[in-house]
Amino acid sequence: MQCPKCRGNMRTYERNGVHIEQCDNCRGIFLDYGELETLTRMESQYHAAPPPPPAPGPAWGAPHGGYHHGHHRQRSWVGMLFST
Amino acid sequence: MGLKEELAEIAAGYGGTGAPVLHPTRTDVVVLRRGEVVVKAHSARDDAEELRVRLRAAASPAVSAVMLAPLDPEVLTVAGRAVTVWPAGQPVRQDDLDHAPWEEGARLLAALHAVPLTLMPALPAAGGPARAARAVGRMSGDGPVEALVRRAFKELPAPAPTLGPVTGLLTHGDWHLGQLVRRDRWLLIDVDDLGVGDQAWDLARPAAWYAAGLLDPAVWQRFLGAYLAAGGPALGGGDPWARLDVPARALTVQLAAVAVVNAGREARELDDVEHSLIEACSRIVRA
Repeated sequence: MQCPKCRGNMRTYERNGVHIEQCDNCRGIFLDYGELETLTRMESQYHAAPPPPPAPGPAWGAPHGGYHHGHHRQRSWVGMLFST
Repeated sequence: MGLKEELAEIAAGYGGTGAPVLHPTRTDVVVLRRGEVVVKAHSARDDAEELRVRLRAAASPAVSAVMLAPLDPEVLTVAGRAVTVWPAGQPVRQDDLDHAPWEEGARLLAALHAVPLTLMPALPAAGGPARAARAVGRMSGDGPVEALVRRAFKELPAPAPTLGPVTGLLTHGDWHLGQLVRRDRWLLIDVDDLGVGDQAWDLARPAAWYAAGLLDPAVWQRFLGAYLAAGGPALGGGDPWARLDVPARALTVQLAAVAVVNAGREARELDDVEHSLIEACSRIVRA
């Protein structure tokens, strides 16, 4: 088909089930009926994607990655592991 | 004759031979080992009648595969102090933490928690909650750190009502790696806080370490996983943190208070491990 704006040649692309015509000349894009809605729906699904599950633990737990190996042999840590 | 000499003589009376060795422990407790026998003079603060019941519980056949049984099921009295007598065992090695028996500890707690109270003498309340209150009460300073720890303690929530009333069950009351000894198998020791309580408190100290970013998450998962796989009943069926949240907050506050007192006694600043506990208290009051 011809570009309705500049009369250039339009090429057809298929992206994730959406049918797109793009003009080789002015790069303008033509969408078929309903495809704008399809794109809008896909965009909102992208934004509503559930956040990755938090590390299991309490709300007040150390932030993710809060654990460090550095204290492993520290006297206060070993003492705490073994005493009241 | 001093307390140490009297304890050494008692150990000899139960077959302990060789030189008596004092075991480092809390300042209000004396633990002496002589060969295969360990004698413990309990804190003068402890209630003697409650200790008697707790000792009989540890001597009961219902817990013989779980708790170290005393050599004598009766409490002795030496120089006004309550004294108990035990077979010696191998403690967890402090210089080999990579091989610490976390899973064994968790399985022993699960087995202890499965023992019905009907098989026990009439035990007093487990000592966990009172310990947290005592630790906070021992802080004498009034700086911002002490104020934060006191506030976190004061604001500790009651257990969530949606969980239903937590029925009191058999609880160790003070679990940590120092409460394991090995004989032909690993066993729990220390009856001082044994009693009827919320069993989630027995898991709350490792939970608090994990939440403070101190305990390796992989180790915490091994511990928790072993407890659940062994049928440990303390956490109900769902999200383990529903029941762990409140006792882990309390243990965080307790550990922070102990850290503040230790640093004060040694006239030094908090180190980074201890500081992690203060930071956890700060997150608790913001949560």
